[in-house]
Amino acid sequence: MDTDLKKICLDIRCDILECIGHLGVGHIGGCLSLVEALAVLYFQEMNIDPAQPDMPGRDRLVCSKGHAGPAVYSTLAERGYFDKKELLTLNQGGTHLPSHCDKNLTVGIDMTTGSLGQGFSCAVGAALGAKLEEDGAAVYAIIGDGESQEGQIWEAAMFAAAKGLDNLIGITDYNKLQIDGPVAEVNALEPLAEKWAAFGWHVIDVEDGNDVEQVSEAFKHARLGRGSGKPTMVLLNTKKGCGVKWIEELGPGNHNTKLTAEQAAAAIAELRGA
Amino acid sequence: MEMRAVYAEEMARLMEADRHVCILDADLAKASGTRALYERFPKQMFDCGVAEQNMASIAAGLATYGFKPWIESFTPFATRRICDQIAISISYAKNNVKIVGTDPGISAELNGGTHMSMEDVGVVRSIPGMVIFEPVDEVQLRAAIPVLNAYEGPVYMRLFRKELPTVFPADYRFDLFKADTLREGRDLSLFVSGFLTKDALEAAEKLAAEGIDVEVVNIHTIKPIDRESVIASARKTGAVLTVENHNVIGGLHSAVLEALAEEKIPACAVGVQDRFGEVGKLPYLREALGLTVENIVAAAKRAVSLK
Repeated sequence: MDTDLKKICLDIRCDILECIGHLGVGHIGGCLSLVEALAVLYFQEMNIDPAQPDMPGRDRLVCSKGHAGPAVYSTLAERGYFDKKELLTLNQGGTHLPSHCDKNLTVGIDMTTGSLGQGFSCAVGAALGAKLEEDGAAVYAIIGDGESQEGQIWEAAMFAAAKGLDNLIGITDYNKLQIDGPVAEVNALEPLAEKWAAFGWHVIDVEDGNDVEQVSEAFKHARLGRGSGKPTMVLLNTKKGCGVKWIEELGPGNHNTKLTAEQAAAAIAELRGA
Repeated sequence: MEMRAVYAEEMARLMEADRHVCILDADLAKASGTRALYERFPKQMFDCGVAEQNMASIAAGLATYGFKPWIESFTPFATRRICDQIAISISYAKNNVKIVGTDPGISAELNGGTHMSMEDVGVVRSIPGMVIFEPVDEVQLRAAIPVLNAYEGPVYMRLFRKELPTVFPADYRFDLFKADTLREGRDLSLFVSGFLTKDALEAAEKLAAEGIDVEVVNIHTIKPIDRESVIASARKTGAVLTVENHNVIGGLHSAVLEALAEEKIPACAVGVQDRFGEVGKLPYLREALGLTVENIVAAAKRAVSLK
């Protein structure tokens, strides 16, 4: 499936723009920065079956930065969990696709997230569960860089290493921006790789987390952590709003921003080279 | 037998029968009475260290994997400290986690005001989906634990750690959602939770000697409260008194008044009068915070006089 990854990323990116554009507003920046990671995980790495979303022993994905729901939904739809038409119900009253991930509403969502920091601990609990059940499942947990300012992230980091949860693969969407400004100015995280290493994790630092080949290699590498007795953190240096220049240029302003259907259509046309 | 020892014994029984039942601690396993279970059930006991928020969300993650996790800490750290984790990781996400808070209210004694929760029931009661249970004695606790474990959904249990006098008979039949009338009466409905139930019964005896016939109803499950029993008793007697080891705001008193909001029935409260706790032994704290048999008697007379 590797050869299709670029095309898949393009489709997911366009789906995100379309569903947020249809609604008129959304967490677009942190959705677009995650596209390559989600594509590689759902189309290459994870042991999943869209026809059996509750398959025992399946790999789990927890998007602890729950506001990236639209990116996950677009990926799930592309992967065949549900009809792509459903994406246009995003955030409408009664939808199965709320702004933040909800395992009780959406097929294929493994954990309810949105209150930052909590999903990561939930993923640690699921990884512990997988170890106890000896079912071979891996748990992938996506956190934000702003989210990494939550103390609970580091409580979970400590516990996962202490319990040797090598079936846990963390992913930091390190796009360097948060709502109030650059992460480095609001409350700096650096040295981030060293922090994770000091907490007892393998660290894979990916120079360009929006380069699908680099991301693909990183996750193949992350597999090697299984059996090592240590969890792995994949640090993805990404670009918030990646793929649409004017959205990228909004900087911190693209966290949750207006996007008209016309703007979305123009961005999609540009991406598809029409 | 200490309540925590009863709790540990019953949990051991459950863990023996079901490997998915597990306990998570935040460095208070000794205080909770479950430390000895670590050797016996190494794959079902997990100490998270001093990190209650992480403990709560890890339990939620384990629940998604089909485990039946119970988390333990002192009452304030099992509730107000992890309020958002209870709300989101546990209840909103519909994860089947049981929460055990030990040393409720003044029973925190020598740990003092910082460890003394007067608001925990209020905090948890305002979160949709939560069940709140507070046992009176060993008999009720033993009967309740398997029922709580079998209940699919989050429950908060307020557990007095030390030994308590027995109130319920050996043949007691427990219903999680049904209040227990311990004494029938005509003049006043006294609704009480937790260890003060024994005091309420003692007060009722004193009041009987003065010609006031008190109905004593144990509300072991504060949420969802047994509205039917509360309303039926209050209509019968025409006056209400609530007795609780908790702030009168947000706890049993509030729950009873909410149930009776459309009834025109006077109601008085014995409970903590919207203040923090302080350090001391139980007899001192009962006096300092007004949780005495004498206060129950006086408040009962006042409630009856308001009819």
